[in-house]
Amino acid sequence: MGNIDYILEMDNIVKEFPGVKALDGVTFKVKRGEIHCLVGENGAGKSTLMKILSGVYPAGTFSGKIILDSTEQHFNKISDSERAGIAIIYQELALIPELTIYENIFFGHELGKGQFIDWNETIVQAKEMLKRIHVNINPETKIKDVGVGVQQLVEIGKALSKNVKLLILDEPTAALSEVDCDNLFQILRGLKEQGVTCIMISHKLREVISIADSITVLRDGKTIISIDATERKVGESEIIKYMVGREIKDIYPKRKGIKVGDVCFELKNWTAFDPNKGRKILRNIDFYVRQGEVVGIAGLMGAGRTEMALSIFGNTKHYDTKGALYVNGVKRTFNSPERAIAEKIAYVTEDRKGNGLILIQDIKFNTTLANLKQLLKGFFINEHEEVHVAKKFFDEVGIRAQSIEQSVGTLSGGNQQKVSLAKWLFSAPKLLILDEPTRGIDVGAKFEIYTIMNELVKRGVSIIMISSELPEILGMSDRIYVMSDGTMTGVLDAKDATEEKIMEMATA
Amino acid sequence: MDELSKLFRKNIRDYGMFIALAVIFILFTALTGGTFISPNNISNLINQTGYIAVLAAGMTLVIIIRHIDLSVGFLSGFLGAIAAILITNYNIPAIPAIIIVLAFGALIGLIFGFLVAKVGIPSFVVTLAGMISFHGLLLFATQSGGTINITDHFFNQIGNGFIPSFGRIAGLTVSTLVIGLVGILLFIYFQIKERNTKKRYNFEVSPAAFFLAKLVFISAMITALILVLAVNSGISWTLVIVALVIFVFSTLLNKTALGRHIYGIGGNPEAAELSGISVVKVTIYVFVIMEVLTALAGILFASRMQSASPTGGTGFELLAIAGAFIGGCSASGGVGKVTGSLIGALVMASLTNGMDLMGLGSSVQYMIQGLILVLAVVFDIMTRKSRLNS
Repeated sequence: MGNIDYILEMDNIVKEFPGVKALDGVTFKVKRGEIHCLVGENGAGKSTLMKILSGVYPAGTFSGKIILDSTEQHFNKISDSERAGIAIIYQELALIPELTIYENIFFGHELGKGQFIDWNETIVQAKEMLKRIHVNINPETKIKDVGVGVQQLVEIGKALSKNVKLLILDEPTAALSEVDCDNLFQILRGLKEQGVTCIMISHKLREVISIADSITVLRDGKTIISIDATERKVGESEIIKYMVGREIKDIYPKRKGIKVGDVCFELKNWTAFDPNKGRKILRNIDFYVRQGEVVGIAGLMGAGRTEMALSIFGNTKHYDTKGALYVNGVKRTFNSPERAIAEKIAYVTEDRKGNGLILIQDIKFNTTLANLKQLLKGFFINEHEEVHVAKKFFDEVGIRAQSIEQSVGTLSGGNQQKVSLAKWLFSAPKLLILDEPTRGIDVGAKFEIYTIMNELVKRGVSIIMISSELPEILGMSDRIYVMSDGTMTGVLDAKDATEEKIMEMATA
Repeated sequence: MDELSKLFRKNIRDYGMFIALAVIFILFTALTGGTFISPNNISNLINQTGYIAVLAAGMTLVIIIRHIDLSVGFLSGFLGAIAAILITNYNIPAIPAIIIVLAFGALIGLIFGFLVAKVGIPSFVVTLAGMISFHGLLLFATQSGGTINITDHFFNQIGNGFIPSFGRIAGLTVSTLVIGLVGILLFIYFQIKERNTKKRYNFEVSPAAFFLAKLVFISAMITALILVLAVNSGISWTLVIVALVIFVFSTLLNKTALGRHIYGIGGNPEAAELSGISVVKVTIYVFVIMEVLTALAGILFASRMQSASPTGGTGFELLAIAGAFIGGCSASGGVGKVTGSLIGALVMASLTNGMDLMGLGSSVQYMIQGLILVLAVVFDIMTRKSRLNS
C-alpha cells in the first residue's frame, strides 16, 4: 500500500464546514527527505489541510486517505499524529516566555523518571539540540530574552526532540528578518540531510523558489499543480498565475503624474528612551516626508521601526523622547494618539489582531471607532450617518463580507487589513503610517492594498510604509529610509535603490 | 424548523437567561404552593430586585472593560449607614442627605478609578481592599447602637412607597394601567421602527412570524406584570428608579461615544488606545458611575429597611456580579448589556426570595448562589465556543 518514495500521501481529501467546502478532493504527496512548499491564497485550504494532517480535525470529520510511511493513518487527536512523527509549528509560536530554552524544548515530554524531572539530563540534551539547530546561546536563557529568530529555532528544536519525521512549518518567516530567514533555511537544508522531511507554508514566493524541492499550489480547496522544482526552474509569476487563476502583470501598480509637494512631516534629532527596557531605542533620527510621497522604512526586525511609529503616534508606550517633531513646519508634541489623530496622522498597526482591531465587534463598529466625533449629534451617535459612512468605506476599500454587521474576527487577514484601512480613511488623514501593511496577506489582496495606497497618494495623502519585504519597499516607495539598531543608517531614492544596498545599510 | 433551530442557537446567549428565569419561576411556584407568584410577593420581589439591579447595571460597565468591583456590597451598606446617620443624628433633610451620599460615592469611584487606571493596580486588588475597608467602616458607623433607625417619611418612601394611583377601576390602580398601556405601545412602536431601519439597510432581521411571536409574547408578559401590580398598590418608586437607571445606562452604552469607547476598550484595550481613546479616562468614568450607583443602591436598601444595620449590603457584590454574568456579560470583557443584567439581577433576587419563602437557611442559600454563578460563567464559555465554531 502506498509508494515507498513518498513519506506522505494525502489522497482525495474532502472537508466540509457548514455551507462551505473547504477542501474539495485535494491530493498532496510529499517525497521522503524533501522540502515541500505549499502555497495558495488565504482561504485556499492550506491550513485546513495541515489541520487534518496533524489531527486537529479528527478522522471521520473529513473523507479521503492519509498514508504515512506506507500505512494508512487515522488520527483522532494531535497526540496521535505526534506519535506518528508529525510535528507542526504554527505562525504564533507556542513557547512559554517565562521559561528557559531548555525547559521549553522538553515542555510536555519532560525527561526523567515518573513525575520527577532529571534537570541535568535535560540541560545536556538541550545543549546537544541547540548545536543541531546552530543556536549558540546558553540554554538557561529565558525565551522572552531571545529574538523571534531564535524562538523559531527553539520551536524546531522542540519538534526534533520528539523524533519528528515530518516537520510542518506554517509561515515560518512571517516575523523573521532576512538574516534570520537565511539562517532558518540553512538549518532546514541541514535537517533534510538528517532525513527529516519538511512541509512549509509560505506567502513569500521568492523564498519558496529558493528553498523548495517541490511546490504544490492550492486554490479554492483544490490541488492546482504539483511542481518538481529540482527538475526545472520555476518563476514567481508562474506560481502567482496558478494561485490566483489569472495573471497579475505588475504586483506593484505604478503611480503616474503625482506632484510631490513640500515637507509635511519632519523629525529632527529624535531620540527615545524606553524606561521598561532601560535603554535608548531610537537615536538621533532625522527624517522627513513630503506631501504626496510614499516613504519606505526598511530594516531588520528590532531595528526600531515600529518603536519610531509608536513614538510619533501619541507615544502610548511612554518613551522619554527628545528632539523635535514638526507637522507642516509647526513643532508639536503628541502625548496621546488622540492628539496625533487631531493633526491628521493615522497609524495602521503591524499586529492587526493584537492592537489594530476589536475582533469581537463588527465592521461598522471598527470603521467608525477612531472618528466617532464626526458622527455625534449632541450627546448621541447618529446611527443613520454611521451606517452610511461604514458602507461608503466598505465599498471604497473593497471589503468582502456579508455585510457591515459581520464581526471582524471572522474575516480573512486581507479583509481585516482593509477594515483597518477603512477605519483610518474615515479619519481623513494627511499622513498615513502603515506598519507591515501586507504581512500574512495573499497576493490578490496585496495588490488591492497597493492600489488603495496609490489612490490615497493621488488625493495628496503622504504615506510612511514600514516593511520587512524588500520587493515591496522597492516596488512602492519614492524614497527609502533604512534603519538599524535605532538609528537611520541611510536614505535612498527609489530609482537608485537595490536590495543589496538596503541590506548593507540595514546590517550596518 | 431548521431555520428556527439555527436562529435559536444563534441567540441562545440572549434566551438563556429568560429560560433560567422561567424555570426558577415555575420551580418556586410549585415549591411554595403558589405563594411565590402571588401579586403581593411579585410586588415584593420587584422591590427586592431594585438595589441588586442598580448594582448590576454599574457592574455591567465594569465587567465590559475587563474589571471587577468586589466592594459594592459593603460600600452600599456603609453609604446607607452614612445616609441614616446624616438624617437621624444630624437632622439633615432627605434630599441633601441623598446628594451628599451620591457625591461621596462619586469620590470613592474617582479614587478607585485613579488607582486602577493611573497607578495600574488590578481592580480585583483595589476593590478587595475596598471591600474589607468598607466592612470595617460599616461596623464602625453602626457601632454605637447597632441599628440606626430612619424615621424620615420622604426617605422611607423611596424603598416602600408607590406612585399616586388616581383611583381604581375594577380594583386596579388607574396610573399603573395607563403607564402599562403606554409602555406596551411604545415598546411595539420602537421594535417595529428598529426592524424597519434594519430592513432599509439590508441587515439581517428575524423572520416576520418570529418577530410577531416575540412582540406578542413580551407584550403579554408586560400585561401580566402590570395586572399583578395594579391589583396590588401599583408601581413602586423603586421600580421607577430602576427603570430610569436601566434606560439611562442602556442609552449610554448604545447611543453615545462613551458607550462605544467602553465596548472598544473591553474588546481590545490596546487597539482602543491606538484609536485615540483614553483608556485611563474611560476607566475612571466607569468606576465613578459604578460607585454612584452603589450609593444609590445603598439608599434604596436603607430606605427599604427604614434603617441601617451592621450587616447591610452583605453579599450584594455576589448578587450583582452573578446577575451581570447571567445577563450575558462575558468574563473576558467587551460583551454585555444593561438590560441583560437587569434580567440577571431578577434571577438572583428570585432565587433569594423563593428560598426565603421556602424557609431555607442562609447556609443553603449561599451554596446555591455560588453554584448559579459558576453555571452562568460555564454557560457563557460554552455558548461562546459553539458560536466560534459555527
